[in-house]
This record gives sequence, C-alpha cells and structure tokens, in this order.
Amino acid sequence: MAKVTFKTDICKGCGLCIEACPKKLLVIAKDKINKKGHSPAEMTDQSKCIGCAFCATMCPDCVITVEK
Amino acid sequence: MVVFDKPKALTDAPLHYCPGCTHGIIHRLVAEAIDELGILGKTVGVAPVGCAVMAYDYFACDMVEAAHGRAPAVATGLKRAMPENVIFTYQGDGDLASIGMAETVHAATRNENITVIFVNNAIYGMTGGQMAPTSLPGQVTQTSPYGRDVKTVGYPIRVCEMLSALDGPELIQRVAVNNVKNVMAAKKAIKKAFQNQIDGKGFSLIEVVSSCPTNWGMTPSNALKWLEENMIPYYPLGVYKDRSAKEVK
Ligand SMILES: Cc1ncc(C[n+]2csc(CCOP(=O)(O)OP(=O)(O)O)c2C)c(N)n1
Ligand code: SF4
Ligand code: SF4
Ligand code: SF4
Ligand SMILES: [Mg+2]
Repeated sequence: MAKVTFKTDICKGCGLCIEACPKKLLVIAKDKINKKGHSPAEMTDQSKCIGCAFCATMCPDCVITVEK
Repeated sequence: MVVFDKPKALTDAPLHYCPGCTHGIIHRLVAEAIDELGILGKTVGVAPVGCAVMAYDYFACDMVEAAHGRAPAVATGLKRAMPENVIFTYQGDGDLASIGMAETVHAATRNENITVIFVNNAIYGMTGGQMAPTSLPGQVTQTSPYGRDVKTVGYPIRVCEMLSALDGPELIQRVAVNNVKNVMAAKKAIKKAFQNQIDGKGFSLIEVVSSCPTNWGMTPSNALKWLEENMIPYYPLGVYKDRSAKEVK
C-alpha cells in the first residue's frame, strides 16, 4: 500500500501538493501550526493514496516522502 | 519501497524561500540530476546574487559565490582549471539577463563546457520585486507601477531565442515548472545539460520559467496559473538549439 509521510516541521503550507494530488487527498491542517508558524499539509485518507508522488514532485521544500 | 525522497545532493538545511517559491523545485531537480549521474563528489556549483544567493547552503557539493551576474565567468575559470570536475551555475533573470548578460553571451559563444540553470521568474525577487529584463509587457512591478511600458523601457529579452542565434552553444532549451508534467520534462532537460558537460559537448543552458508568488502578489497556485497563461505564451517552451541532435540527422 502506498504511503506518504510529511516532514511537518519544514512544510510552508503553500498548497502546491494539494493542487497536484489527482485523488484530492491532501488538505491544509486548519487546527495545526508548525515551528515556523505555518499550517502544514496533511493526508485525509491514506488508504486511497496511489503512490503517484505528484504531491512530492510539486513540493518546493522536499517535505514529502512517498513509499509504495 | 521509497519511490520519492529528498535527493542526496541537497543538504538538510531548510530552504529560506517563500512558501510555494519554485526555486525549491528547481534546486531539487538539479540535485536529482547530480544524484542520478553519480557526480556529487566532483560537482562544483556557482551561486548567483538573487534569492538563490544562499544556494551554497543547500547543495551538498562544493559551491562558489559569484559577484552579481558573473557566474558564467567564474564557472569558466573553474572548468578550465579543473576540467575533470562538473561545473554548473544557478542564476536568476536579473543576474543572468541584466547585469550578467555579457558574461552569459560570451560564455555561450565560446561554447564553454559548463551547465547553466537560468531561473526566469520575470522579476527581481530578492530586492523586492523590481522590473527585470524578462518582465512581461504591461507587467506591474515595483518599478513599473503602471505596467511595463515597452515604449520607454523596451521589450522583454527572450534569452533562449537570442542565444540560439550564436554558433557557439551546444544546448539551449526552455522548460517550466508549473505542473507535474512540465516538472518531469524540466528534470530531463537539466539532466541532459549535465550529461552534455560530462560528454565534453559544451555550453548547455536550461531556462526554467518559474514563479515568484511573493513579488507577483499571488498565492503560490495562482502564480503557477499566471505563469501558464502569461509567461509560457511569451516564452514558448522547447529546444532552441541542440547541436548534437542536428549532427545525428
Ligand atoms: C553589483 C550589484 N548590483 C545590484 C545588486 C542588487 N541586487 C541583488 S539581487 C538583484 C536581482 C535579483 O534578481 P534575479 O537575478 O532575477 O533573482 P531572483 O531573486 O528573482 O531569483 C539585484 C539587482 C547587487 N547585489 N550587486
Ligand atoms: S502520492 Fe499521489 S495520490 Fe498519494 S497523496 Fe501524493 S499525489 Fe495524492
Ligand atoms: S507542497 Fe510541500 S511545503 Fe507546500 S504545503 Fe505541500 S508539503 Fe507543505
Ligand atoms: S521573493 Fe520570489 S523568488 Fe524570492 S524566495 Fe520569495 S517567492 Fe521566491
Ligand atoms: Mg528573478
């Protein structure tokens, strides 16, 4: 099963991964703030992830690791 | 199995770039090319003046900081003194196409065996959003508050079109990083620009049409849409010169 992991501390909440996900699985966590003061991206339903890595491809900050 | 992780040619230093700035994507593509070609130990990068001025903290290879616009001249010296090393420059549009235009053109016409990564975000990002030689006609910037008026400040410079008129350079190509497909194509082009140097083919420049959400005054995703709708029509993507491909034909 595919799995995405976020280095939440360095996420800038830019949202580019959210736009890139073909399954629309990612959101900005409205209830969280990281060390840098950004609300980070997070996964809503890991079981639907296909491991395409589109999210990681568009992430400017290498926040996302994808396993398959 | 890990299918996507940070490349080894990037350090663990968090990037200082604004949220959604495509400099980060382009850094990663350069690093992936270095990893895949197995050249980390012998690569030396030349950092520009511009938002990427701190690139020496981010690339895990040796780095040299050039004076504004002089990266191709510094790279020329490095490559001639250390021909076994792989030398690349990483430059913005203000750096490469304004103050450093002479160095760019002359390194290209000498077919200097270096790799040039040219980040065209149509603005001076670092200094707060002044008009660049690549700012579009009508584009509002800090120094063109009513939009770039081509009657008084002239037209934007299309670097790839201009350099491809020279006999010297080996590869001149324009790519963009506005979506997954284009990022993958950009990666391929950047890797080829490094491979050309390893093969001794000469000057290879990849222009990457990029965004500056902060100084464009847009969200990161709207900036990518603006790039697609406004920049790509003015700066068409494609291979402008590929001497080896021509020889094969
Ligand atoms: C000799 C000199 N002139 C001017 C400057 C001011 N300056 C710093 S960065 C910059 C332009 C940066 O724009 P660009 O190369 O497009 O890089 P970006 O920040 O957009 O990535 C200028 C004019 C300088 N540092 N040194
Ligand atoms: S790997 Fe693909 S499906 Fe999974 S979160 Fe990333 S973009 Fe979405
Ligand atoms: S693209 Fe990267 S930095 Fe931007 S929100 Fe997604 S994980 Fe965070
Ligand atoms: S000012 Fe523009 S180019 Fe510089 S880091 Fe911010 S978004 Fe990127
Ligand atoms: Mg610029």
